[in-house]
Amino acid sequence: MENNNRRDFLKKGLTALGAASVVPMLDSCSDKHSNTEKIKVLSPEGKVMEVDKSSVAKLGNFGDYAVREGIPGKKFVMVIDLARCQNAKKCVSSCNKNHLIQTPNEWLKVYSMKDTEDSAPYWQPTTCQHCDKPPCVKVCPVDATFKRQDGIVLIDNDRCIGCRFCMAACPYSTRVFNWGESIPEIEIDSLMMGHHHSPETSVPAQKGTVDKCDFCPDMLAKGELPHCVTACPNSVFYFGDMYEDVVTTGTETVRLSEILEKRAGYRLMEDLGTNPSVYYLPPVDRLFEYEEGLENYEEFKEENAE
Amino acid sequence: MTEEKIIADLEPRKFGKLGMIWTIVLVIISALGIYSYIKQFNNGLEVTGLRDYAFWGIYISNFVFFVAISLVGSLVTAILRLSGAKWTVPLTRISEIIAVASIVMAGLTIIVDMGRPDRIWHLFAYGRLQSPIMWDVIVITTYLVISVMLLYYPLLPDFAILKDKFTGSPFLKKWYGKLSLNWRGTPGQRKIHTNAIQVLSVMIIPVAFGIHTVTSWLFATTYRPGWDSTNFGAYFVSGAFVVGAGGVIAAMYLLRRAYKLEEYITDDLFDKMGKVLAMLCLLYLYFNINEYLVPAYKLKKEEEHHIFGMLFGHYAPIFWSAIIGGLILPILVVVTPRGRKPLPLFIISVIVVIAAWWKRFLIVTPTLLHPFMPMQGIPENWTEYHPSYDEWAITIGTLAMALLIITALVRFLPIIPIEEYIEHINEKKDEK
Repeated sequence: MENNNRRDFLKKGLTALGAASVVPMLDSCSDKHSNTEKIKVLSPEGKVMEVDKSSVAKLGNFGDYAVREGIPGKKFVMVIDLARCQNAKKCVSSCNKNHLIQTPNEWLKVYSMKDTEDSAPYWQPTTCQHCDKPPCVKVCPVDATFKRQDGIVLIDNDRCIGCRFCMAACPYSTRVFNWGESIPEIEIDSLMMGHHHSPETSVPAQKGTVDKCDFCPDMLAKGELPHCVTACPNSVFYFGDMYEDVVTTGTETVRLSEILEKRAGYRLMEDLGTNPSVYYLPPVDRLFEYEEGLENYEEFKEENAE
Repeated sequence: MTEEKIIADLEPRKFGKLGMIWTIVLVIISALGIYSYIKQFNNGLEVTGLRDYAFWGIYISNFVFFVAISLVGSLVTAILRLSGAKWTVPLTRISEIIAVASIVMAGLTIIVDMGRPDRIWHLFAYGRLQSPIMWDVIVITTYLVISVMLLYYPLLPDFAILKDKFTGSPFLKKWYGKLSLNWRGTPGQRKIHTNAIQVLSVMIIPVAFGIHTVTSWLFATTYRPGWDSTNFGAYFVSGAFVVGAGGVIAAMYLLRRAYKLEEYITDDLFDKMGKVLAMLCLLYLYFNINEYLVPAYKLKKEEEHHIFGMLFGHYAPIFWSAIIGGLILPILVVVTPRGRKPLPLFIISVIVVIAAWWKRFLIVTPTLLHPFMPMQGIPENWTEYHPSYDEWAITIGTLAMALLIITALVRFLPIIPIEEYIEHINEKKDEK
């Protein structure tokens, strides 16, 4: 069933105009209940087409799926366009807000990078790379951090023993540790509104355990984009499904393979063989001067500052 | 020496004034450590100086130190025993006591480092074999069991002797009797006993190499500069034998002074252990050269920061003190016969042990402060590592507890194997 969906989708190569929803899929069973109502969709080539509404399955609401196993038939990827980043840090604040993160425990960091002495500096938003060969998962002694079939690497904070071996193994320094109790328990209760901790939300932070960017699987399950993607004013982040070969910023949808080829996409520390799920587009033909981002840049900050 | 004199000399004795002060001081230091640990248990690891970059610190280096020094048990009781070096007889019990005490403390130290010690049972409920931490759990437990057996089995005949001839408290005498497990020294018992010790001595060698090699893999299985080394296993094991030999020499000297055992722990024994120490230092020096020279020659970008920081930068004072004090100095002093006299050898050994502790600090911390990604957007003090008071109190507390375990075992066990020593003396007589 899942395979059929995908094949049909790829054959027709259609993408809906929907803004926040990831990508609607064509329903393979469409013939059985054809409906004359039409819907406008956008093909990856950029053409607007009209198709039967019933032939487009609304994506999202994956229903019940095992949180540890992930959403079947998906392989989530992110593409970060460095040419568009001005260090506005809206991604960081949205991520912090939605995951109840207190600074300086950010899961998402925007680094000021400079590859060589003579090359120009640029801003690099850095999330968890959700590696396909995750060194962190390999070393976890209790299966607290795990890799799902949809490519997402998560942490079960109810399982984590706090040995921090995963932090040692991760070359991207993407993991943070909850050294103490960051939010008082009473506050957590009201913030959580009756929800329990789940690896899907990674909220609230648990003292003595490791946290990191989780690609917002709770949003994905609802058919929505991760918080950083929607928060970015400059459409730096593309997010999508590698199997569908489509990624979207929410307003702009492109073929993954094409954009990686055309813009010479790359991954961080490719030579380590970790196979990240996050691709970067090099900072050429930039929309902003590097210096514009400096006003938001703090090399070092106060501990526990709001 | 007659048997009676040997037994009278070697039976466990009450502590004098100095012994009592020593014990009380250790108890106080341990108690301070426990107090700080309770604080850490309640408030989390935020009471330490550890933060997101330096997320491993003196707890982990202290753990590596304990594992390292525990290898002395296998060195003296197994490797030297199997190689036919009979002169080690008076040292076997001391080294096995050090091994047991430090491996117990290694286990506790690693729990101290855990963010969620309340979840230690997860290791057994959800343990996954592909994690080097699980290998460490398995091999350290195995080593502890074999070490305890290697401590206990040779004690059986001694307990039987003490059951009859102990002059101290009748209560202890009764317990020695119980612990002797009906040892009567029949030929059948002796045969099983000798075979068992022989088998354990052979078994403990691969396990001993295992504990420290696996401990080195906790680092070497990562990508980080300074850890990403195929030399790490051999480097760790050779270093462990150095600190182990240093530890046993220091203990020999102190026990000889405290119990007036000059006839048993002879100058000749120091001379021999001094030679062993010199050999081990040379071996460790060789692996050190491998460990630093090869990356320093290539100077890959990340390695460059790490190595220069070590050789000339922030960590240079500790690095050179550890290398000179822990390696160069012992080699220079101990190669001369005068350097192998008890007192100079004792001083060198203490320096070796202290340098070894700091060497392990250097293995853990500088690497973590040289990550691949830039350290930005964090509080500035996260880019350094300064252990907090509580962290020091806990770490020094664990060291004191190790010494306390050793002290307790020394108080209640014959520190030189009585029966084995009598045999050893008789064999010597026969040879003459």
